[in-house]
Amino acid sequence: MVNVGTGTLNEEPPELGTRNRELGTTAMEAYMTDHHCAGLRVAITGGTSGLGRALVRELIDRGADVAFVARHRDAVEQVARDTGAHGIVGDVSRKDDIHPIAIQILAALGGVDVLVNNASSLGPVPLVPLADTECEDFELALDTNVLGPFRLTKTLLGSLAASAREGRQPLIINISSDAAVTPYPNWGAYGASKAALQHLSRIWNAELNEEGIHVIAVDPGDMDTPMHALAIPEADPASLKRPADSAREIADLIASASAKATADRSMQRPTHDVEVEVAS
Amino acid sequence: MKPSTSPADRAGRGRLLVIDEDGCLSHRVRADFPSFVERHDLVIANDASTIPASLPGIHLPTGAAIEVRLAGRDSLSSRRVTRFTAVLFGAGDYRTPTEHRPLPPAVREGDRLQLGPLHAVVTGLHGHPRLIELSFDGSPSKIWEGLARHGRPIQYAHVREPLAIWDTWTRIASQPVAFEPPSAGFLLTWRMIHDLRARGAHVATITHAAGISSTGDDRLDARLPFDEPYFIPRSTAALIQQTKRQGGRVIAIGTTVVRALEHAAEPHGRVKVGNGVATQRIGPQTSLRVVDAIVSGVHEPGSSHYELLRAFQTDDVLREMDEEAEAGGYLTHEFGDSIFMTKAAAPVAYRLAPDHRLAVTAAVGSGG
Repeated sequence: MVNVGTGTLNEEPPELGTRNRELGTTAMEAYMTDHHCAGLRVAITGGTSGLGRALVRELIDRGADVAFVARHRDAVEQVARDTGAHGIVGDVSRKDDIHPIAIQILAALGGVDVLVNNASSLGPVPLVPLADTECEDFELALDTNVLGPFRLTKTLLGSLAASAREGRQPLIINISSDAAVTPYPNWGAYGASKAALQHLSRIWNAELNEEGIHVIAVDPGDMDTPMHALAIPEADPASLKRPADSAREIADLIASASAKATADRSMQRPTHDVEVEVAS
Repeated sequence: MKPSTSPADRAGRGRLLVIDEDGCLSHRVRADFPSFVERHDLVIANDASTIPASLPGIHLPTGAAIEVRLAGRDSLSSRRVTRFTAVLFGAGDYRTPTEHRPLPPAVREGDRLQLGPLHAVVTGLHGHPRLIELSFDGSPSKIWEGLARHGRPIQYAHVREPLAIWDTWTRIASQPVAFEPPSAGFLLTWRMIHDLRARGAHVATITHAAGISSTGDDRLDARLPFDEPYFIPRSTAALIQQTKRQGGRVIAIGTTVVRALEHAAEPHGRVKVGNGVATQRIGPQTSLRVVDAIVSGVHEPGSSHYELLRAFQTDDVLREMDEEAEAGGYLTHEFGDSIFMTKAAAPVAYRLAPDHRLAVTAAVGSGG
């Protein structure tokens, strides 16, 4: 965990305004250099609940331009009102929704630098052994957790590649889980789909390296979210991570990638003159 | 010539008619395209994605069914999405060839249109019963939602099955600003982009709001292409300059790329960075300042796309190209086969017969 001023990111983050008074000017400047997301264009799926909603809030607070996607119009409008982010109604598990979602993301943001594939389906609820899993429930998990992120990534690839050519450092974050690695009984549909997503991320990353697009899978940990409550209703919320904490860690990842791009740009690309040597 | 009838035709097995700088022709396949690209060449494609710009609806004053095809906008900005130039059709859909579509009801300024969830008002007429200006109600996000969910890709009768949006997006599609696909770009796959780079070439993009290719009305078609806004990224302008310095060629994927780059051309192989609106027509009188070669579809003589090719090669060569394409069964239109044409080694004007040269000079003088 990165130390910032007097606290760590597990505690209240320093606000960009004046709320966190114990931070000295230097610490604040360092924090802003490392952690701000101003000007970044971020698209997040599953933005009205749990981690997605916390991430929308966190990135808006850090100055990013955020568009989020979720299925239910009321919830989308509520989060859009609360945060000032662009809300888009759509279901990433449905093939026919992907292009309408992509059009609205591109229109809202004018392009994309960061895509967070966060929307997830558990498959059967309540969780059951694979032997009791209906095919349709497994299909829903695969459509939401594997094919949806694949389709949305593919559809936004042109924009992400354009972002890279402009010297930004486009990033795709696929939200994974420890269930992608550990064979927990009853988590078959979810675990297998997240394992597929994790491997998909590695292959995307290898293939898109030459386009300057990075793809990573992130396990945010066991969080106190509505989805977790569906999976393990008896879990003690106090024992779980707060979504806001995971959101802060993911936002740090995004900010550090962006800071690196800014540093690269200022070193290599004078912005006032097109007379630059582009590496061949 | 025969049109392609299905988006499946656009896949890698398409054919490529190659016309070199000496006007010599050869028959290849699209997958061969990288073999014609050399170290230091720069391949530039239009990364516009396609708006589903066909909007079925109702002309509220008469209750008549109409189809609105969005056809032009004065800006690429996604916030300025209220006002469009549009072409109106009466009842029916793409299955009826555009030239046989009934006229829309007589439309007046101020008439309201309901297009699924979208509401619009006619704000201007252009002296033709099919050509209007319209203005959508609501915020940009509501308008985009309506277009994205209610709009259908503009489609013509030669393609039989209804198109899905993804049929109209190229692999590199980015900002939704085109009204019909920048279809020369269907040639490009990510693997081909990799292969081009492996040969020491560069690949870059511009964004150009490709307009509609046909209205089914000769008088209206004569006014195409409408003015088209475009954007040239700084990185692309830098690569063009580098390419010219290193003696490479600028290869445009599609007529829209030629139109944008030549509109933005400045002396010494530079192009202006940023936003512009392409207003010019490119034809035999045009002296190309930036583009050295073009990948395009197979076009019918007389179309604006075909006229643009006359800036690259003499009419004799183009006639030979037509004959070869006809005899070889090349497929026309957006999902059809491709040509790869390099600019004539000698300026086109000098290759014309002396009695034509006067006409060309006159065209340059009056054309602007």
